[in-house]
Amino acid sequence: MVTQPLVLSGLLFGIGAFGFLVRRNAIIMFLCVELMLNAVNLALVATSRFAGIDGQVFVFFVMTVAAAEAAVGLAIIISIFRHYETVNVNNFNLLKW
Amino acid sequence: MAEFLFYVFGSVALGSALGVVLSRNPVGSLLFMVATLASVAGIFVLLEAHFLAAIQIMVYAGAIMVLFLFVIMLLNLGHEYQRDIKTGLGAILAFAVAGALAGGVASTMRGAADAPGFQYLQGPDALDAAIQEYGILGVIARPLYTEYVVAFEVTGLLLLVAIVGALVLAKRRV
Repeated sequence: MVTQPLVLSGLLFGIGAFGFLVRRNAIIMFLCVELMLNAVNLALVATSRFAGIDGQVFVFFVMTVAAAEAAVGLAIIISIFRHYETVNVNNFNLLKW
Repeated sequence: MAEFLFYVFGSVALGSALGVVLSRNPVGSLLFMVATLASVAGIFVLLEAHFLAAIQIMVYAGAIMVLFLFVIMLLNLGHEYQRDIKTGLGAILAFAVAGALAGGVASTMRGAADAPGFQYLQGPDALDAAIQEYGILGVIARPLYTEYVVAFEVTGLLLLVAIVGALVLAKRRV
């Protein structure tokens, strides 16, 4: 059973990418990034069943980096919210030309 | 049995992933995400990654999602149900891009078992034997503290930097 989890991870990654492109709420976009990370974790675990334990060790690192990323990203969202009073990314146009 | 459970968990994961994207309420979105993470943890168990399943529940669903929930509550986003999903050309473009991505990845992944060199891999029996010998924790701890020890230490440093960075970013200017 290696094909089905890999296909599932591809579909989950696609849903996450779609959500990231289609939503404007910064927190939901962030959740969709976590969804994509989780899809990649699933693919790594599914292949590690056949290719040795290294895939699972890598998932461990991915989870740690995801935790660090969530902490810093949410802090950035909070400080942006203090400035603009919203988390809708349409209002963040300082870098738009 | 494992096959059947996989399809149950997989359909719950896909359905609640769609719920994350389509739910209007941020808190609802978050709860759908917890359901997705829990069912992916179930699939981890089916793939004999018991330690990662426990970590997924405790760290991801338990800690990171609660952090998200804190932020949603702190910013008081749970009450405004305005739609923020893009419509029109943007949505069609996003659907096309994400659909092409998902289709491309999924069809590539479908051929993984037929890829050249796949039959030379160790296979699930080698992993089962290692779990029998070292235990569920030992099998993942041994490479973590021998082969990947530098990466492990650097990860600790990364977490320290993330803590300091989050404090500096979120602190009110005094």
